[in-house]
Amino acid sequence: MVELNLSILLAGVVAGATPVVLAALGETITEKAGIINLSLDGTILLGAMAAFALSYETGSLLAGFMGGAAVGAVVAGIVAVFSIYLGQNQVAVGFVLTLMTRDLAYFLGNAYARLQGPQVPPQPIPLLSKIPFLGEVFFSHNIPVYFSLLFIAFCWWYIYRTPLGLQLRAVGEHPRAVYARGIDPRKLQVLYAVCGGCFVGLAGAVFSLSAKPGWGRPQGAEGTGWIALALVIFGGWHPVKAALGAYLFAFLQVMGIYFQGWFPSVPAQVFQVAPFPLMIFTLVLMHLAQKESVLSWAEEKAWMKSIVHMFSGAAPAALGKPYRSE
Amino acid sequence: MWIELQDIHKYYGPVRANNGVSIKVVPGTIHGILGENGAGKSTLMKILSGYTQKTKGAILLDGKSVTYQNPAQAARLGIGMLYQDPLDFPLLSILDNFMLGQTGGFADQRKKYRQEFESLSNSINFSLDPDAVVRGLTIGERQQLEIMRMLALGIEVLILDEPTTGISGTQKELLFNALSKLASEGKSVILVSHKLEDVEALCHTVSVLRYGKVTGRMDAPFNTAELLKMMFGTLPVPPTRKPTKPGETVLDLQQVSASGGRTGLKSCTVAIRKGEIVGLAGLEGSGQGVFLRIASGLKQPKTGEVRLGGRKLGGQDYHALKRLGVAFLPTSRLEEGLISGLNITEHFALQSHHNGFLVRWQKAFEKAARRIDNFRIKGAPASPVESLSGGNQQRLLLSFLPANPVLLLLENPTRGLDVESVNWVWQHLQEYCASETGTCIVFSSSELDEIMMVADRVLVFFNGSVIKDTKTAETDTQELGRAIAGKV
Repeated sequence: MVELNLSILLAGVVAGATPVVLAALGETITEKAGIINLSLDGTILLGAMAAFALSYETGSLLAGFMGGAAVGAVVAGIVAVFSIYLGQNQVAVGFVLTLMTRDLAYFLGNAYARLQGPQVPPQPIPLLSKIPFLGEVFFSHNIPVYFSLLFIAFCWWYIYRTPLGLQLRAVGEHPRAVYARGIDPRKLQVLYAVCGGCFVGLAGAVFSLSAKPGWGRPQGAEGTGWIALALVIFGGWHPVKAALGAYLFAFLQVMGIYFQGWFPSVPAQVFQVAPFPLMIFTLVLMHLAQKESVLSWAEEKAWMKSIVHMFSGAAPAALGKPYRSE
Repeated sequence: MWIELQDIHKYYGPVRANNGVSIKVVPGTIHGILGENGAGKSTLMKILSGYTQKTKGAILLDGKSVTYQNPAQAARLGIGMLYQDPLDFPLLSILDNFMLGQTGGFADQRKKYRQEFESLSNSINFSLDPDAVVRGLTIGERQQLEIMRMLALGIEVLILDEPTTGISGTQKELLFNALSKLASEGKSVILVSHKLEDVEALCHTVSVLRYGKVTGRMDAPFNTAELLKMMFGTLPVPPTRKPTKPGETVLDLQQVSASGGRTGLKSCTVAIRKGEIVGLAGLEGSGQGVFLRIASGLKQPKTGEVRLGGRKLGGQDYHALKRLGVAFLPTSRLEEGLISGLNITEHFALQSHHNGFLVRWQKAFEKAARRIDNFRIKGAPASPVESLSGGNQQRLLLSFLPANPVLLLLENPTRGLDVESVNWVWQHLQEYCASETGTCIVFSSSELDEIMMVADRVLVFFNGSVIKDTKTAETDTQELGRAIAGKV
């Protein structure tokens, strides 16, 4: 029987979810601007490889993180420029890139496989980490984890509270109207695709330098990109909800390990796979929450209304349809 | 600001949308640009507002020749345009829409812009809630928002493209008052319209466009017959109402309620008889759209009973009703009626219900060519539907109607059409009623004059209910106007 220690469990969730949170937030930013970057899964691997290789060669963790972010930015930049300026299909370009970057990561990273490299040391925050329970859950990690926590709040503030964030939301809704207001929608979309890509690349770096240190084949980050893509939808294109989705996903995965101990007769695969149907189920709920009949039904019930509101969230209207000049 | 357009040409491939247009606008006046659909009004205004580039010609502001590449540069010179379909962001709040394009950076500036918004709306007499989401607004309110935004940007020349399409009488009054006020403050207003009455009511000067050229210019007071001649070359003949004899009941609604639209439909009881032409009046979204969608089977009522030709309907969908002879034409032609991206031939091929492996292109092509001819559509069988003008899209939709429908449901069938097209559409529709089948037509329209002209009977919708049901011969526009505003 495995003992359940809540604070250790939650601390594990917070730490384990970090790369997924970063990738999901990065993609949320990109998609808010109306661009779908489907190359996430490969980008994360290439970012992880580049980060590990760079910090292995230079001995500097910072160089590793910057390298990972740069890889993400370049790949996202390719998706954005091909779709916005060259009129290519975002889904096609993103899909090809996800396959290409994955293979590129394995090929280029061959020389670095199973090497002992630098990794981010834990840095509990003085004083704060001494707070019972909360200190252990939130403040006894390393810098990437703290960064991801702050980044959630920053994203929300930027998107919903600043004039620049207003432009970001607007360009994903109606690029033509943005153009009419004297802002070049194409520049904005490229900018935010690249910004979002940076954080996707950073997610890769967090994998190879912190969450699953080292490089190999498989690295352990495979599949994360697809989950992050699903989380963006799960979160209804809202950064905080997407991040909560990432934590929920990590929680379910960690719980799977406990459940295996508690129910040894149930095949282990059941618990490994369980988070996925749960995600699909939530998507069904989200779809229902947007239905007119459900909305009018919930209108009279205060508590139901807030639940429905929580699950509602629509895709940016111009997602995947970049601006074309007349 | 003095505006002078000198010899403007705009070619789209072989099509000459503007062919040497010269217009002068005096500051402090409202200048009307009149013309039928496809006369080149919109193109000219898009050039002036920087949305498209002219092929040839010059634009002079206060005597100085200017060039600009996009709407933002035009706005900096003081030229702003209000589009037919306002270019705004449905999911954002009014305040967010107002701020966008005026401000940047990280600092939260909503407080400052809220104050500016409120003082502006006081000065111009609009009452909009800055926190409301734009999606729930009517077209008239969205126009008000755009006008305020333009004013905040310091616009000196305001261009409005068909601003009275789809707005209520009250909103029209508000709009016209605001425009007169702006003109009296020295701003120039350019009003693009195909509606004579609007232009006559508001403008100081009118320039008439036809086939991409200026065919005339007139100062107020206007001579209507003269203006019509400039617009059309000859005077269009309005359709004459043919007396119809209502027969047995075709459509019967008993206490029908449903959701949808802005107000839904509230316990509506209406019987419509054979051979009747019934007009649905009321503010946009007061239940007319829901009524038509229930009658066509696109929507199911929540409560109540719908009978078609004496048969009770229980959840039959659009396709089942279509087989029973019900036809529906929606208002948004490109969204609900036609498939943009497909050409005219492909539309006919899709309609043929031929389930073989291969499309019979030859047959579809011939049918398309025949209908293009019959319905006088300006286009070729290979023209994509989105390239047709609004009037021609409507003609194409009409050409899809079955030969002998029992019930024709039309939502704003003449929205955005010029007088000549409106007349043509109604002449064509009246033939259905006069035919053997005795088709009955139910149509919604925001133009009371149109309803008075062609309908036998009118139903006035207010807030989701029918508050008036009367013969058009026994009422007048004033009485109907009051009913539309909720006063019976």
